[in-house]
Amino acid sequence: MATATTLEFEKPIVELQNQIDELKKMAEKQQLTVGDEIAPLEKRLADLRVEIYRNLSPLQRVLVARHKDRPFTLDYVRLSFTDFIELHGDRAFRDDAAIVGGWARLDGETVMIIGQQRGRDTKENLRRNFGMPHPEGYRKALRLMKLAEKFQVPVLTFIDTPGAWAGLGAEERGQSEAIARNLLEMSQLQVPVIATVIGEGGSGGALALGVADRVLMMENAVYSVITIEGCAAILWKDGKSPAMKERAASALRITAQDLYELRVIDEIVPEPPGGAHANHDETAHGLQQALMRNLEELRKYKPDKLVRRRREKYLRMGQYAE
Amino acid sequence: MAWFRKEKKPRQPRRERLEIPADVWEKCEACGHTDIREKFERNLNVCPECDYHRRIRATEYVNLLLDDGQYEELDPELRSVDPLTFPEYPQRLARATQNAGEADAIMTVTGTLGAMPLFLGVMDFAFMGGSMGSVVGEKISRMGQRSLERKYPVVLVSASGGARMQEGVLSLMQMAKTSAVLSQLAERRIPYISVLTNPTTGGVSASFAMLGDAIIAEPGAVVGFAGPRVIKQTIGQDLPEGFQTAEFLMEKGMLDAVVHRRDLKRTIGQLLRHMSGQPAAAGWTSP
Repeated sequence: MATATTLEFEKPIVELQNQIDELKKMAEKQQLTVGDEIAPLEKRLADLRVEIYRNLSPLQRVLVARHKDRPFTLDYVRLSFTDFIELHGDRAFRDDAAIVGGWARLDGETVMIIGQQRGRDTKENLRRNFGMPHPEGYRKALRLMKLAEKFQVPVLTFIDTPGAWAGLGAEERGQSEAIARNLLEMSQLQVPVIATVIGEGGSGGALALGVADRVLMMENAVYSVITIEGCAAILWKDGKSPAMKERAASALRITAQDLYELRVIDEIVPEPPGGAHANHDETAHGLQQALMRNLEELRKYKPDKLVRRRREKYLRMGQYAE
Repeated sequence: MAWFRKEKKPRQPRRERLEIPADVWEKCEACGHTDIREKFERNLNVCPECDYHRRIRATEYVNLLLDDGQYEELDPELRSVDPLTFPEYPQRLARATQNAGEADAIMTVTGTLGAMPLFLGVMDFAFMGGSMGSVVGEKISRMGQRSLERKYPVVLVSASGGARMQEGVLSLMQMAKTSAVLSQLAERRIPYISVLTNPTTGGVSASFAMLGDAIIAEPGAVVGFAGPRVIKQTIGQDLPEGFQTAEFLMEKGMLDAVVHRRDLKRTIGQLLRHMSGQPAAAGWTSP
């Protein structure tokens, strides 16, 4: 399917897909059997998808991670969970639609879901601020985490944000404090916590939902201390040209494979050939299975051991010489 | 010549008489006031005219806050490495070490403040803009572990532009690491005071700097999540006068106090005594 959001490097895939569709349509119209002709084409299409997606450059991964047809938090909620009921508000200022959360069931068991939510069109993006939360969003998230802790229910977070919002109101209401508070509280939450980077994990605004016993990352997601544009602008005074963006994307080591090697994440969740946006059902099923497996392992630990292990994991992070 | 008449000598110009070489003059970055360096230094590098708090080095805060300038430095051997093989990072590190010393962007020490033993960490903006990489995180973490063993309170003086980009996501994780350490201190009821100096932004403000049992800031210090330039870019308009200053944050409820540099030591001592159940210091009265 060719959409307005076809990425440049996906064009060969789309062209071949169009050819196949065309052929099928013609065959139908003239009542011919073309199975023999189409089968090798479809095989070639599948191979092409695998081939192209295996060799994505870091910059191309960023484009895939930000793709507007990728499954967002609420898509996973719909496809991987049941019985969802959304909860709203931080009880202090307002409800921030850039973060969604609520009770849901994973394989029949109650969990608390919290995640950044991007919008698919302009109208929804304005409402959800492109998935960039204000302090009240992080405070809502913390409220829901404490609620889950109270009822001894695991917390599953979904990270999908370019970053925390940098604006006047966000600063006035303590964006820094809200993020910092979540980092501290998540490090001592007495229930299992699993965080999954589903799209773009942008800096502190992502980490504020990301301190967890297990951190999973979708195969084509990225996670970085700064946006590639910001990095290129600071270091090379050029945050716009593809060459500089590519340079920053490579230098920052932001792909799932990079983060796994740096031991910042625990598991890479495979996406179907052609990326998560090519097949929501299959992607959501893969993540659901990974979450169930990890949760089962974490449920074995008593709360104090869970917290001790989680803290120890973060205390080990970093590389230095002495 | 009459016996009472004094012989007249030619007068020397003032400058020559005082024998002040030209390079000892300093100019205030804020108001332009010019004075001899010694006068700035005697005033703790606060402008005698407009009270602007100039940026000072980590060692200067250590001397200012600890009794008799006596201290033992912790983990001075920790060095930054280049985990991502990031372009130019080794060169930048070498330059920073040459210009600012070997302590990286934070110096951690132990000593006494008003006769109370404590652990003190001071960030140094001169070292790569006080950016937090793995060494900063590890030094704070080790200081925290010592604090858990000895039950001494912790004071951190921040000055930072945020996480160190050149260590990528490992720098980001130092935010989680330092916050996890502080959660352990909180659990054991060990007091932690955060002192914010100009500037404290990004990943440092969004982690340990905003987690103090008391948070105090020097006058005029810029404190925020995003730097003023980024916000201006995001919203496409100029920022209101005084936005993100310590005084602004205080008004918005984000700080406990704005404290002049000369009162920092006394204020920290007073707070620590309250929080660790000790009597007021002898001879100290409320300002």
